[in-house]
Amino acid sequence: MNEFVQGFATAFRLIITLDPQVVDITWRTLAIALSSSLIATMICLPLGSLIHFKRFPGKRILINIIQTFYSIPTVVVGLFVFLLFSRIGPLGFFNIMFTPSIMVIGQVILISPIMLGLVISALSGVDKGVFETAFSMGASRVQATVQVIREARYAILSAMTMGFGRAISEVGLALMVGGNIRGFTRVITTAISLETSRGDVELSIALGIILIFLALIINVVLNRLQQR
Amino acid sequence: MAFLKTVGICQVFERKDILNNIDLEIDKGEVFTLIGPTGAGKTTLIRILALLDKPYTGRYYFDGTDLTGPQSLQFEARRRTAYVQQRPIVFAMNVFDNVACGLKWRHIQSAVIKRRVDKVLELVGMADYWNRTAKTLSGGEIQRVAIARAIVTEPEVLFLDEPTANMDPVSTAKIEKVLELLISERKTTIIMTTHNMSQGQRLASRLGVIISGKLIQTGGIDDIFIYPQNKEVAEFVGVENILKGEVVKKDNGLVSVQLNNQYVYSVSEVETGQRVYVLIRPENIVFSSSQNAGSSRNVFKCRVTRINTIGSLVRIEVDCGFTLLGVVTTDAARELNISLGKEMYASFKATSTHVIKI
Repeated sequence: MNEFVQGFATAFRLIITLDPQVVDITWRTLAIALSSSLIATMICLPLGSLIHFKRFPGKRILINIIQTFYSIPTVVVGLFVFLLFSRIGPLGFFNIMFTPSIMVIGQVILISPIMLGLVISALSGVDKGVFETAFSMGASRVQATVQVIREARYAILSAMTMGFGRAISEVGLALMVGGNIRGFTRVITTAISLETSRGDVELSIALGIILIFLALIINVVLNRLQQR
Repeated sequence: MAFLKTVGICQVFERKDILNNIDLEIDKGEVFTLIGPTGAGKTTLIRILALLDKPYTGRYYFDGTDLTGPQSLQFEARRRTAYVQQRPIVFAMNVFDNVACGLKWRHIQSAVIKRRVDKVLELVGMADYWNRTAKTLSGGEIQRVAIARAIVTEPEVLFLDEPTANMDPVSTAKIEKVLELLISERKTTIIMTTHNMSQGQRLASRLGVIISGKLIQTGGIDDIFIYPQNKEVAEFVGVENILKGEVVKKDNGLVSVQLNNQYVYSVSEVETGQRVYVLIRPENIVFSSSQNAGSSRNVFKCRVTRINTIGSLVRIEVDCGFTLLGVVTTDAARELNISLGKEMYASFKATSTHVIKI
């Protein structure tokens, strides 16, 4: 019990004094998760719009497949990315194994299905009349599409937040393709798993508190958006 | 060529014919109203005219251009028109931005946008609401915003689908006033649908009657309301006495139509032997207690079979060998001492009947 209290006390001290290691890891975690969320958004917004607005055979099935991948295990994505980018893999020549870049790539693959699915349902949530109304007011097809996306802006933001939340909290992928290299690819989740196994619980608790705090912020933002 | 012209337009939805061979011509500056029962195809037709839907077959010429061709031509035409849906929806932004959208899409300078939006909001009586979230407005207010954003682009053609359906009288009056202004000052071509007969008559210069997907009759208000072309149109425009008979005699433009064993005189060019409907509007029937009450050629002894008071009017059904429906004021009813079973005389002029062939 004493150790437990001690752990928390040290953890708080690490946070309040802005311990360089804690700041470094937090900063990297945020940078990687934010990059992957933004890149995934850039892919999912146009792709989701395309899927939503175009009529094609198998659309329903495609959406079902996307939804199936919502809960794809992080280690499966990790394995997939590993096989693609390892020395002997088809994309091995990029030579980005165990770098932040590959972690971003992996996270983009991981969170794209959920973002894509949520973007599509955000757009389907917009009144069908919006496109038509814009169209009848002299908008071009592109302008009317943009208007529909604008109407869905809060739901799309919450899709982005969901993706960000999944990216920041996953561990399997970051460990497998990032390698948990200190000062280079070490993020909050991988650090916690390593430090705990090494017995350095203070750092783990500090990082855990920060992660929970970030999750809290995400949730508050999400709630606000959903109430609009 | 007329400003707007359709040739043989048909629309099919789920293998059902919604519109059947619509030929229509509308000139610049006309106010054309489509009337017809609900489900007749009014909205389907106006949506095709407003370029929101494509017809299944047929051609549509807009200012001489065939719009059943390339999309770019449709886009040009669409920018010259505006369409207000029956239940308009507003965008999730404030009233000002809602109205400004159409101008922004046309890449108009923001100073000009501000001026024009302010002016048009003033016109529809929504100037004080410019900063309100549009989604929080009432139905009538939303309709006014919808009209505002349609006319802010100064369209050459304005399409209105039931512009005042389900609206309070104040908003209705405001919208009709705005439309009158557009008609008199901007000479905007207006095409609207309505099932509100009085509105159709107040604003329109020409009417078209659609029944079951067919454009049955087009013409001025008198043409439609006094000389309907067939039984369906007659029923729709409120001709309540539709009597089936046969022309037995024709004499110098005056025909006698035999109904059971009675004869009705009517002014018509229909030939002898033709089976016809005789149409008489209830308000054209005069009731009196004596037989020689005027110059009417048609006088029938009758017995009152039903009385129904609606406000200041009394609708009475009488039996004179055939059933006639008439309407009198409550004062007249009191004077005549109308009661069930009472015997009196119903008369109407040969000129206030209209004969259509079966």
